[in-house]
Amino acid sequence: MTEDRNNRSCQEFQEHLADLIASGEDVSKNPHLQTCANCRALLADLETIAEAARQLFPVEQPKEDLWDRIELAIKKEEDSIQPD
Amino acid sequence: MVGNAAEAEDLTQEAFLQLHRKIATFRGDSAFSTWLHRLAINVVLMHLRKKGLPVMSLDEAMEPSHDDGPGRSFGAPDLSLSGSIDRLALERAVADLPAGYRLIFVLHDVEGYEHNEIAGMLDCSIGNSKSQLHKARLKLRDALRTSLQREGQQ
Repeated sequence: MTEDRNNRSCQEFQEHLADLIASGEDVSKNPHLQTCANCRALLADLETIAEAARQLFPVEQPKEDLWDRIELAIKKEEDSIQPD
Repeated sequence: MVGNAAEAEDLTQEAFLQLHRKIATFRGDSAFSTWLHRLAINVVLMHLRKKGLPVMSLDEAMEPSHDDGPGRSFGAPDLSLSGSIDRLALERAVADLPAGYRLIFVLHDVEGYEHNEIAGMLDCSIGNSKSQLHKARLKLRDALRTSLQREGQQ
């Protein structure tokens, strides 16, 4: 019975979690988290993932000739549709 | 989005070609940058679909009812990511996300766009962008925990 009630409040909390996180407020202060280790762990994991994402895929500069290639491809396409 | 510099350059070229072909259809209903971003994203999604990778269209990705089940987390606490994630494991998990989720995740968490900017680019509501991002993170959590469990068993 108690577990059912806990699960229900976990469900309620998790249904609103996307909005809570996006609101920018400090979700760790949410009353549900004071008593629920499971949802605390969930929030910690999601924050860890968001934090780790910032280190992913460093911006790579394209090769220097990329713009030349693009210009050439556009010109080629234009030439192919020019009426004789 | 494609995880490969050479492919990204080819897709950049294709996006500019599309821009050249379609510029006359731009009516100024949205900012030009938003229109161009959407065009580029569609080029990427088409490419991924051709490669046979799991792809949702933008519309599917933005459909709130589309949910193939990132896990909710009830019951006793189990395996947690413990505040650290192996970068390669995360890159693999991101690469395995359906393209719609990956798109939102990369735009928001990796590239730092705000939900209102993403909503403009993808022509969806801000609430939709928030909920899809959340589902993407839940899916990543599931994938990372599965990979941790596998490592633990070895």
